[in-house]
Amino acid sequence: MPTTAIADKEIQVDAEGFMTEYDEWDEDLARVLASNIGIGELTEVHWSVINFLRADYVERGETPTLRRVSTTGGIPTKELFVLFPKKPARKMAYVAGLPKPVGCI
Amino acid sequence: MTTTETAPMVVPDFGDEDEGRKMAFVCSKGTLDMAYPALIMASGALEQGVETHIFFTFWGMDMINKKTMDDLKFTPVGNTATHMPMALTPLPGMTAMATSRMRKQLQELDIPDVPAFLTHLSDMGCHLWACKMSVDMFDLERDDMMDELDGILNVSDFIELIEGAQTMFI
Repeated sequence: MPTTAIADKEIQVDAEGFMTEYDEWDEDLARVLASNIGIGELTEVHWSVINFLRADYVERGETPTLRRVSTTGGIPTKELFVLFPKKPARKMAYVAGLPKPVGCI
Repeated sequence: MTTTETAPMVVPDFGDEDEGRKMAFVCSKGTLDMAYPALIMASGALEQGVETHIFFTFWGMDMINKKTMDDLKFTPVGNTATHMPMALTPLPGMTAMATSRMRKQLQELDIPDVPAFLTHLSDMGCHLWACKMSVDMFDLERDDMMDELDGILNVSDFIELIEGAQTMFI
C-alpha cells in the first residue's frame, strides 16, 4: 500500500490513488483531491454529497451507490452528474476519501 | 503496512478524455427476469460515462408501456433454472408466486422496480427509444408509453444512431 503526500500530509492510498484510511481524510484534503480531478470549487451541494457519503459509509461499511445518494441522501442523480461530471459514483468517492462503490445500482 | 516510502501523488484516471464509447441494448422481452439484465448493465455503462441507448422492441415494449410496466411477470414454465419439476410449473398460481418471490428478492437488494429503474437511467442520461414497428403493431400512441422516452425510431434510424456502439440483444 503506497503512501503519498497530499497537502503536506502523508496519506495511504491504493494503487489507483483512492484513500484507504477513513480517518486520514479532512476537508482541506478533499479540496486538493477535487482539484486533482478538475473540480475547481466545492460548493455547498458538493459538501452535502461528501458528508452524506462519509456518514453513510460509517453506518453501512460501504460506499453508497449513485442511487442511494439520490434516494436516501436526497441529491438528485441528474445533479450528481453536474457536480461530479461523467463518472460521479467514483469521483465523489475519491473526493470523500472512500473506496469505489461496490454495488451495481 | 509493508511499504514505507512516499510515492509521488497518484490520481485515478477517470478517463475524462475518452470520448466516443457507446453502448446499445435491444430489449425484446417483456418478462421480469429478462427486463433487468439490460437495466443493470446500462446503469453500469452510464456510471462509466459511456453514452448509452436502449431500444425497446416487440415484447420489450411491455417495459415502457404504462399499462404493463408495473406488472411484468416471471414464469417458471419451461425454465429449468428454477429447478422445479417442470410438470408443476404450469399449475395455477405458480407464475404469481414466482413473480412475487422475485420482486421480494430484488427489493431486499434495494433494486428499484422497472419504472423507477428506467427513470433512474433517464436521469443518468440514458437514451430510451421505442421501436416504430412495434408501436404500430401494438397500436400504441406516444402517451401510452412512459414520459421519459426519448422518442420512437424506425430500425434504420436506430442503427444509424448507434454507429460504433457495442450492442447487446436481450
